[in-house]
Amino acid sequence: MSSAPILALENLTMRFGGIVAVNALSFTAQRKQITALIGPNGAGKTTVFNCITGFYKPTSGVIRLTHDDGAQFEMQKLKDYNISKQAKVARTFQNIRLFPGMTALENLMVAQHNALMKASGLTFLGLLGVPSWRAAEQSAIDNAVFWLKRVGLLDRADDAAGNFAYGDQRRLEIARAMCTGPALLCLDEPAAGLNARESGALNELLLSIRSDHGTSILLIEHDMSVVMEISDRVVVMDYGVKIAEGTPREIRDDPKVIAAYLGTDEEEAAAVMEAEA
Amino acid sequence: MDYFAQQLINGLVLGSIYGLIAIGYTMVYGIVGMINFAHGDVFMIGGFIALISFLVLVSVGLTAVPVILLIVLLVSMAITALYGWTIERIAYRPLRHSFRLAPMLSAIGMSFVLTNFSQVSQGARVKPVPPIITGGYTLHEGDSGFVVQLSNVQIVVVITTIVLLGLFTWLVSRTRLGRDMRACEQDQTMAALLGVDVDRTISMTFVIGAALAAVAGMMYLLYYGLVDFFMGFVAGIKAFTAAVLGGIGSLPGAMLGGLAIGLIETFWSAYFSVEYKDVAAFSILIVVLIFMPTGLLGRPEVEKV
Repeated sequence: MSSAPILALENLTMRFGGIVAVNALSFTAQRKQITALIGPNGAGKTTVFNCITGFYKPTSGVIRLTHDDGAQFEMQKLKDYNISKQAKVARTFQNIRLFPGMTALENLMVAQHNALMKASGLTFLGLLGVPSWRAAEQSAIDNAVFWLKRVGLLDRADDAAGNFAYGDQRRLEIARAMCTGPALLCLDEPAAGLNARESGALNELLLSIRSDHGTSILLIEHDMSVVMEISDRVVVMDYGVKIAEGTPREIRDDPKVIAAYLGTDEEEAAAVMEAEA
Repeated sequence: MDYFAQQLINGLVLGSIYGLIAIGYTMVYGIVGMINFAHGDVFMIGGFIALISFLVLVSVGLTAVPVILLIVLLVSMAITALYGWTIERIAYRPLRHSFRLAPMLSAIGMSFVLTNFSQVSQGARVKPVPPIITGGYTLHEGDSGFVVQLSNVQIVVVITTIVLLGLFTWLVSRTRLGRDMRACEQDQTMAALLGVDVDRTISMTFVIGAALAAVAGMMYLLYYGLVDFFMGFVAGIKAFTAAVLGGIGSLPGAMLGGLAIGLIETFWSAYFSVEYKDVAAFSILIVVLIFMPTGLLGRPEVEKV
């Protein structure tokens, strides 16, 4: 197992015209841990995600991903479909992006494209119905069924994903991301719009993904109960730069973080905290 | 009544051919959102390749008709598919991220290229072939002496169409390639993020569309016994109309639209006037689109967030 962190951002900068959305950001996400990326609205969190998953070409900087076996990838150089195929990074979106016209099962099957592609011998063996392809198709279905069961949507496997309730769509999107067999799972506000019970189930799901499947997780989240409860480390951003990094407990007591969230300046926040203590 | 039955048979056969071409239009529109105006000419190319391979097989002394038909079918599908792949690769893919109209203009250009290429390489004259499949059945003989006939060619056209449609439906709904195609249709970026090579999937769409057009070209050759370099234009426009009528982007819609156009044309020619059959087909298209803007089976455009 490689000792390097699963993901390392080195001086990542993303400029849109005159606006610097992310400015020389560096942080690491440790292997088999849950790293939360938090910050006020507009801090540049989603931009970071978009750089990691190839939606944006960063203006400068390196995003280095290291697999367990030591294989390294520079994410900013990968072609779009290789982000999943080679680097094994999967993500979900703040505004859910399922394939609404396809069934839940089909959504999860598309996510297993790579495994099936190999088995179908670039389509043609598949068309002929070669046994090895049938076996691969079956194991893909088994895997999809496993994840549907895991997120509690098995009984709705054949319903169009677009007809699912909001919370169900969120869980289905995570299941789909997991079906790609990711080394790193990037979740953009997975708890947004969930009620307390759903959010508790989500915590449990994410913890089990980390410990049972050995997948590292990078998480953007506004819901502090989720962040505090499940993350191993927290990185705080504001105005495109990192303002703090540490364990949830350290972050909670950091005056800079409180200032960023409450809009006061640091001395004021520190004064409030001292007064409380 | 007999006359009606005969026209129904004729209309369904013609409609099958239109439907096969229409699927190519609707698939490409679904996945890349462009109208492939060169598709009618791909159909024409399919007809020519069927003709050429037929002549080659006959000249080497093959006489078993079913064997000839099967080989001709496979050869014309394969070579026309190659045309489809090449056209996408050189004329559309470089323009994919250009402005919206660019690939469409390129498609119109490609249509001229194919038409003129066939004219120059094969000559401008209509190419007849002797009937390959002969005979048929008399279904009913009326008192007035009118005979309802079902020729063997018509049976072959309809059966081939049904078999291919079944195969195609299976491909789209049950296989990995079909799932990838539908995923790309709905959200290309997301599909790419799940590891789907979008360019390759789009290529495959063109390949399948061209192969189906080749089948239509061969059926046309069998049914009418001729091909010419200009036949792609009118057939292409009709098939495009069929795709729009059925609801562009919808696969069953394309087939339904094809059958509808085929039937309208045939019945209009039979009961009113042959000269105005195209007017009838297009008028009905206009009427349908006024009352059902998304076509018979089309879904309303959903605004993506």
